[in-house]
Amino acid sequence: MRVEMFTFLLTAAICLAGSAGVVLLRNPVHNALSLVATLFGVAVLFIQQGAYFLAAIQVIVYAGAIVILFLFVIMLLGVDKAEGIDRDPILGQRTAAIAAGVAILGLSLTALLSVGSRVTGQASTLAAIDGSEPNINALAKVLFTDYVFAFEITSVLLTVAVVGAVVLSRKAGSAIDVAEFPEGTTADLLQAKHDAAAVEQEVLEEVATEDETPEGEAETTEEALR
Amino acid sequence: MNLIWLIPCLPLFGFLVLLVAGRKLGDPGAGWWGTGVVAASFLVVVKVFFDLLALPEEERSLTQTLFTWIPSGSFEVSIGFLADPLSILMCLFITGIGALIHLYSIGYMKGDEKFSKFFLYLNLFLASMLLLVLGDNLLLTFLGWEGVGTCSYLLISFWHTDPANASAGKKAFVTNRIGDFGFMLGTFLVWITVGSINYADIGPAAPMIAGGTATAIALLFFLGAVGKSAQLPLSVWLPDAMAGPTPVSALIHAATMVTAGVYLITRLNPIMAQAGWANDVIAWTGAITALVAASIAIAQTDIKKVLAYSTVSQLGYMFLAVGTQTYVAGIFHMVTHAFFKALLFLGAGSVIMAMSHEQDMRKFGNLRKYLPVTFATFMIGWLAISGIPPLAGFWSKDEVLAGAFNAGPAGPVLWFIGLLVALMTAFYMTRVVIMTFYGSEKWRLTDDPHEAAESADLESEEVESEELVTASVAAAAHGDGHDDHHGLSPDHTPQESHWTMTAPLVILAGLSILGGAINLPFGSDFKRLEHWLEPTLAYEHELPPVPVLVLLACAAIAVASLGIFLAYLVYSKQKIAVEKIERPVLAHAWYIDETYAKVAGGPGEAGFQGLADFDGTVVDGAVNGVGAGVLGIGNKLRPIQSGFVRSYALGISIGGALLLAFIVTRMNL
Amino acid sequence: MLALNETWYLVLAAMIFTIGSVGLLTRKNPLVMFMCVELMLNAVNLTFVTFSKALDDIAGQAIVFFVMVVAAAEVVVGLGIIVAIMRRRQGANADDISLMRG
Repeated sequence: MRVEMFTFLLTAAICLAGSAGVVLLRNPVHNALSLVATLFGVAVLFIQQGAYFLAAIQVIVYAGAIVILFLFVIMLLGVDKAEGIDRDPILGQRTAAIAAGVAILGLSLTALLSVGSRVTGQASTLAAIDGSEPNINALAKVLFTDYVFAFEITSVLLTVAVVGAVVLSRKAGSAIDVAEFPEGTTADLLQAKHDAAAVEQEVLEEVATEDETPEGEAETTEEALR
Repeated sequence: MNLIWLIPCLPLFGFLVLLVAGRKLGDPGAGWWGTGVVAASFLVVVKVFFDLLALPEEERSLTQTLFTWIPSGSFEVSIGFLADPLSILMCLFITGIGALIHLYSIGYMKGDEKFSKFFLYLNLFLASMLLLVLGDNLLLTFLGWEGVGTCSYLLISFWHTDPANASAGKKAFVTNRIGDFGFMLGTFLVWITVGSINYADIGPAAPMIAGGTATAIALLFFLGAVGKSAQLPLSVWLPDAMAGPTPVSALIHAATMVTAGVYLITRLNPIMAQAGWANDVIAWTGAITALVAASIAIAQTDIKKVLAYSTVSQLGYMFLAVGTQTYVAGIFHMVTHAFFKALLFLGAGSVIMAMSHEQDMRKFGNLRKYLPVTFATFMIGWLAISGIPPLAGFWSKDEVLAGAFNAGPAGPVLWFIGLLVALMTAFYMTRVVIMTFYGSEKWRLTDDPHEAAESADLESEEVESEELVTASVAAAAHGDGHDDHHGLSPDHTPQESHWTMTAPLVILAGLSILGGAINLPFGSDFKRLEHWLEPTLAYEHELPPVPVLVLLACAAIAVASLGIFLAYLVYSKQKIAVEKIERPVLAHAWYIDETYAKVAGGPGEAGFQGLADFDGTVVDGAVNGVGAGVLGIGNKLRPIQSGFVRSYALGISIGGALLLAFIVTRMNL
Repeated sequence: MLALNETWYLVLAAMIFTIGSVGLLTRKNPLVMFMCVELMLNAVNLTFVTFSKALDDIAGQAIVFFVMVVAAAEVVVGLGIIVAIMRRRQGANADDISLMRG
């Protein structure tokens, strides 16, 4: 009991410190690292409550993938410089935000602490956790029976997200250009390119032979041809 | 093995194949395919028929539920089929005659550029018709009901490049809508009263329905039947529906679809048994329609119009029968009528084909010399519809009349009207036969100046193209959309049709002779149809005793012979002036159409204009007022949407906090 | 010493959630705002797992699984949007992007 309490208090401290870091530190890289601390803390709390599979996922997906993605974007965009958090441009935003936060925290704590220490809900009769069964098995069983439809939908969601990300991260201002993907085989394309180059060459030579043509006009012709 | 689902699905499959590959199959491949699927469907019906026959009488009702179509609380509709004696009888003659008419159409539609489309529509029609008949609930029947209506519309205006055909289709469609409205309201009322729209539930529940409600249901469904079966006052669409190809007239507008109303009333006979005076309404509507339509048929010159009014009149007979609650007689007449009227229409189609699409009987004459098969079969149809024993029409018509005679105090009056109709029927059909097959070859006469010019032009080859232009202009100037002048020249020699057209004629002639055998009045053993239908009928009115029956039959035969004799005097011997019989009022169909047009164009239009004004000012005003109000409020509220995402987030946070506060206050701390 | 029970976890979750929400409302860097959203999601996940244990119901953990999937998808799309915006306007913050105002 003592060990459990100690573990909880230690992890809770790390979590709170981490989340405070996310909000208070100015450098986005530091924010991301603080976030990792919180995520690890939550993973420990998951383990403490028997959700072993989720703890693993928490570390792998959240800390391993999502935060890395954050860091990657920070580096990519070069926004790793400190942000001025001295004053807020929206009038009263910070005051209101803190007031709302205090209200939420105060009300939740009232709700939580005033009813004593017990959760008042009904214990499950349908998907009870069987102590003899490993956590992964139990979770897999409900995921692939009761929630199988939702599970399949998440795969659709992820596909949509990937497609969305690809579309968003294409070069700015360029819709898919049909000219970029002309019909025909590669050989045809190369031939066409070759022909076009030859024609252009011919035209250029023609222009060059006309000595009287002023320089500027020849250039305009060339531009127009392109 | 339950094959019921195959019955409507085979034509549907045929339709789908034609939809995809109709053009590839072409002429005549598409026709043979369409005929084949319907014939296959007929074989399945025969199989199911024998399955039913093998069962004991009380259990002759097979249902097959494919899946639930609409699950909605306690209202559940499934796609299910009900094969009982009534529906299988209907299926037998629908698929049987349907297959024959498909076969006939291969010859009739030969060379038409929309050949495959025609069979596509016909197959869809049969699928819908079979769905209507086989559906085990009112909604499924309604689906079929609408399906046949749609196909009827598509086929009437099949040659839609002629505006007259297109508007005839529209007329049929709009008139049917009035009836459909009744059908839908009836269905709703049944659902409210019985709590189910399955026939299996309606039957047992019917005796518990209060008389007034039952009457209302009966009248609403009768409104639907009036529209579909072209009874007064909604009879106006059927004569115009003759704009479609003749096989369509035979199949849809004589043999099958128009009898759907009779089927519906018969199917709902448990409710009708409670419906009280609604039955009298049905009987009287039928009788009056029969009389009016028969009188109009006397003065028509278009051969198909005569048959169309004759159909309306015979449908009146059927409603007379179901209205007097002699359902067996009604169904019996429906079957025999399907035989001989399909025969007459197909025969007329054969004549029309032979006469280069001329439909005016005044231009026919002496065709028995040129069209022997058509002539012989048409004669059989003529005798059958006129009510000469022992052909099919006599037996069924006699049963209808006998049933009417026995229907309470007003019975003899109904019977007398029916007898009058029989007289007229014999008269106008004899008129058709004499004008078409006997007498002089009137198309050779060139008294019409326009046609004289045409024939003169034909002789000189070099002005032929010019002649075509003038002819078409003249035809357009005539303004008679149904009389297509397809160049019936005086030296035209009619030719007998292809075997695909004459074979159905011969088969139908055989059925018209023998069809009466399914229900002969000589005693209990001969009344096969009555025994067959017994399980589906809740109540059947008694026929009069035998001596009375014999007397009534003699009267009917006498009247039929009189009608034929009178027509012989008028049209063959010319003892009586034609003008005395063919009054203009009859030729104009009692001015029913004109009256409708006047009412709809005069006070009707004013009323609709008033409604439109009301809609424009009050309804639109309210709508626009709401719109303007919302716009004003929106303009006032615009600044709230600042575009700063963090402000929105703050809104969400405050909202969350307020929700939390609400929960905390409700927590019984 | 007090015994460790659900309430401890729930209180901790409430604290993380509040910190996350305040951060979301006060920070202007869209990346950091995203991180704050992740904090809030984690707080909620923690309550789910806590209730799952308290009520002896594995379904709570299943829901956490779905929340994680949704969070991953959201981050992918959200960062994609941020990258697209940053390409056009270097160093833009959340307040600079306010074109969709009434």
